Amino acid sequence: MPKDFGIGAPQKRREDIRFLTGRGVYTDDLKIAGQTYAVFCRSQVAHGRIVSIDTTATAAMPGVLAVFTGEDFKDVGGNPAGWLIKSRNGEPMREPKRPVLAHGKVRHVGDAYAAVIAETYQQAKDAAEQLAADTVIDELPAIVDMAAAVADASNRVHDEIPDNLCFDWGWIEDNRAKVEEVFKTAPHVTTLELVNNRLVPNAMEPRASIGEYFPGTGDYKLTTTSQNPHLTRLLVAAFVLGIPENKLTVVAPDVGGGFGSKIYHYGEEALVLAAAKKLGRPVRWTAERTESFLSDAHGRDHVTKIELACDKQGNFLAFRTETLANVGAYLSNFSTATPTFLHGTLMAGPYKVPAVYVNVKTVFTNTAPVDAYRGAGRPEATFSLERVIDKMCRELNLDPFEVRRKNFITTDMFPYTTPVGLVYDTGNYQATLDKAIEVGDVKGFEARRAESAKRGKLRGLGLSTWIEACGIAPSHLVGVLGSRVGLYDAATVRVNATGNISVMVGAHSHGQGHETVFAQIVADKLGIPEASVEIVHGDTSKIPFGMGSYGSRSLAVCGVAMTKAVDKIVAKGKKIAAHMLEASEADISFENGKFSVAGTDKAKTFGEIAFSAYVPHNYPLETLEPGLEETAFYDPNNFTYPAGAYLCEVEVDPDTGKVQVCSFTCADDFGNIMNPMVVEGQVHGGVGQGIGQALCENTHYDENGQLVTGSYMDYAMPRASDVPFYTVDYSCQTPCTHNPLGVKGCGEAGAIGSPPAVVNAVIDALHRGGIKVSHIDMPVSPARVWSAIQNA
Amino acid sequence: MELQDARQIAAPPDVVWAAILDPEILRDCIPGCESMTGSPEEGFEAVVVQKVGPVKARFTGVVHLSDIVPGQSVTISGEGKGGPAGFARGSARVTLTAEEGGTKLGYQVDASVGGKLAQLGSRLIDGFAKKLADDFFERFQQAVEGPAEPEGDGEGAEAPEGEAPKKGWFKRIIG
Repeated sequence: MPKDFGIGAPQKRREDIRFLTGRGVYTDDLKIAGQTYAVFCRSQVAHGRIVSIDTTATAAMPGVLAVFTGEDFKDVGGNPAGWLIKSRNGEPMREPKRPVLAHGKVRHVGDAYAAVIAETYQQAKDAAEQLAADTVIDELPAIVDMAAAVADASNRVHDEIPDNLCFDWGWIEDNRAKVEEVFKTAPHVTTLELVNNRLVPNAMEPRASIGEYFPGTGDYKLTTTSQNPHLTRLLVAAFVLGIPENKLTVVAPDVGGGFGSKIYHYGEEALVLAAAKKLGRPVRWTAERTESFLSDAHGRDHVTKIELACDKQGNFLAFRTETLANVGAYLSNFSTATPTFLHGTLMAGPYKVPAVYVNVKTVFTNTAPVDAYRGAGRPEATFSLERVIDKMCRELNLDPFEVRRKNFITTDMFPYTTPVGLVYDTGNYQATLDKAIEVGDVKGFEARRAESAKRGKLRGLGLSTWIEACGIAPSHLVGVLGSRVGLYDAATVRVNATGNISVMVGAHSHGQGHETVFAQIVADKLGIPEASVEIVHGDTSKIPFGMGSYGSRSLAVCGVAMTKAVDKIVAKGKKIAAHMLEASEADISFENGKFSVAGTDKAKTFGEIAFSAYVPHNYPLETLEPGLEETAFYDPNNFTYPAGAYLCEVEVDPDTGKVQVCSFTCADDFGNIMNPMVVEGQVHGGVGQGIGQALCENTHYDENGQLVTGSYMDYAMPRASDVPFYTVDYSCQTPCTHNPLGVKGCGEAGAIGSPPAVVNAVIDALHRGGIKVSHIDMPVSPARVWSAIQNA
Repeated sequence: MELQDARQIAAPPDVVWAAILDPEILRDCIPGCESMTGSPEEGFEAVVVQKVGPVKARFTGVVHLSDIVPGQSVTISGEGKGGPAGFARGSARVTLTAEEGGTKLGYQVDASVGGKLAQLGSRLIDGFAKKLADDFFERFQQAVEGPAEPEGDGEGAEAPEGEAPKKGWFKRIIG
């Protein structure tokens, strides 16, 4: 029986009322008296030396208030990388400075080298065009291909880095020799070379920032499209501009999607703040869609060789990978963690494989920076694993379902230490696989295939059994792994005198539904109506602290901080109730919104306690402070490990190569479910993005480093007709063992588990049609499928 | 992108060669050319207006001739900056071979674009470059052979001999 209230209830999202009626308030909606407009000059070449920028004519143009170039920021700090990675030889990674505006050289098409501030947008735009015309940039040969970048020491993205290599990482280096030994003696080895295609994040709302400076107090305010305003405040204040954190407020109002791309601090944010101070007026900037394509941090972009060693029955003996990971022209904030600790640590999958070794070389190129994008490293790991397993099954003529089943870590093995450094606390991979087989009606596949065949279509079935590490947090762990920040989260529960509640959370909602789900949890715990609970987020002047939303961490980290703050409220409430009810604190119980004395009918409602806390006439003032507000920070002691089994059925048209996804079945284990409807929505969105990666999306730079997929004419986003109606099951639940909510995180699962299921299905369809194709790189477009069919 | 093609011109190689080195003929043959000044030795400065898909721009740039083998071959290179629209550059290696009834003019074109042109128009560039090259050599042929029919409409006529000189807009698009 589904609940209709509190934890587990499928509540409709309260924020959707404003989003769906056009009443959301986004950064670009804000109009501020005296505002001015910034427009950036962006490089048209991928690589070039800035010879001269003559600002004279531009500065004299109508409405122009200021012109900035890289020269103006050469003495302030760079935008840092958040994780220090060490190479196999122990050397720290190479960290070139990432300036506010390019100085000396431009390093990718879209690299901003100047900015113009003017009274109107049109004037700023005209002036920026003039400035571009008065700028001389000597084009240098572009470095685009990763293998060539590493091989050619003469052409450098950063002059001080000879081989364009950021680091050469081995995980776990001590296991390398052991893994090599296994491969030497293994009865069977399957090798697969693949590309994990580069993706443009394409949030519906482009990035936007407004900088303000208040000369009377010396305070700054940055309103920006951020997934984590506190981290942005730290980076722009402490690292780049040198503003004391207590003089800068960062506000991220309604944000229209991020998918990772809005985690990071970008130079435009520093520019609008610096310009606002110089002019004493607000300075605003909103990206055009083309600017988003050129300058948002992209995702994925790995070239990988994976090898699987096994016996003839398909028992895994070892995995080994060599990956070239593109970081683009500069290190974005999480760019060094994404291809390493969010990728290599997942390379054992849900399998009891005894030996794994991962090698990642991270390469600078003259392309936009690459960083975490929904899934971040884990989709790359999952894709490599699930594809090579499928290939092995075909080579040895084994059933892909049975092979996975026999290699799964079993329920009696938890907690399970993987050979790549994680400890899985709980899971039941057999259960999700069984559930997927049941819900996805695998038994009926043969009949559906025969029906497709009648219509001349090749039908295929693809499986992917995935696992991920979520709730990116444990500070003691991430510190060991190179993180330069802690990744706890925080929440403040403020009970107002009249009993309604404001909850200030560090997590940031940019489409996830926190305002609804977090309120459900607080209301459930306090036995009060959900409507009495307001969730406040996205403003550093209101919330205690927070590390923001990414890595499917909001509920598992911030949600737990919030419940811990609620627990403190209840504990204090008990003290107040004990005084008011003239009972011992130990005898007070709290249930359904009432504090009562055990064994009596004496009770006080939550509202009465709250009122007493603020009107403390009958109150233990000698021992207890008035007021009812509590803050909790929560730093978990492990990641959470959601896992699941995804089934995809496709039809391939052998004449055109067109792939149609017929059905997609998800059997997920997210631990306890707070709101099933929100979970389904998250999975739908993730699978949609995964199908987009698998079938449609491709970011292509030509040999000159020109982005030739810079608009929706050439960059294919998945549309409604590209995706099926999804079947989502989350009934397999092994609650997380180390957080009190038992939750794991569901935001990225769909994007992690789905691409290999789609590609496996396409390869399966082709094989069933007698076309022996072992691999097609994503996106599996009609042209690529058709070519593969012709060449088979 | 790269493309190559050849066409027959009903004039002897020395006449064709002289025409290639004639700035007036070059100006008249470059589609969308608004002005052109300079000399074969010094190079030319040109202003050319072109529209690629959604991007229309006035390109200012230089055209120069290199690898000159008199009477036989030359490379015509150009680079144009279109301001916010981006830039385009390309070169055509032109070879002349005497043939019965005239000259065989072969050309090998290499072209690339950057900036907004690449971001928005790349899908159209291959077809566009081919059309531009065809237009150029079509006009060149007419200039050398003398117009049997009135000249094109300024966008470049591309009617092969024997057909009406102007196609309708539809045929021009699919042609």
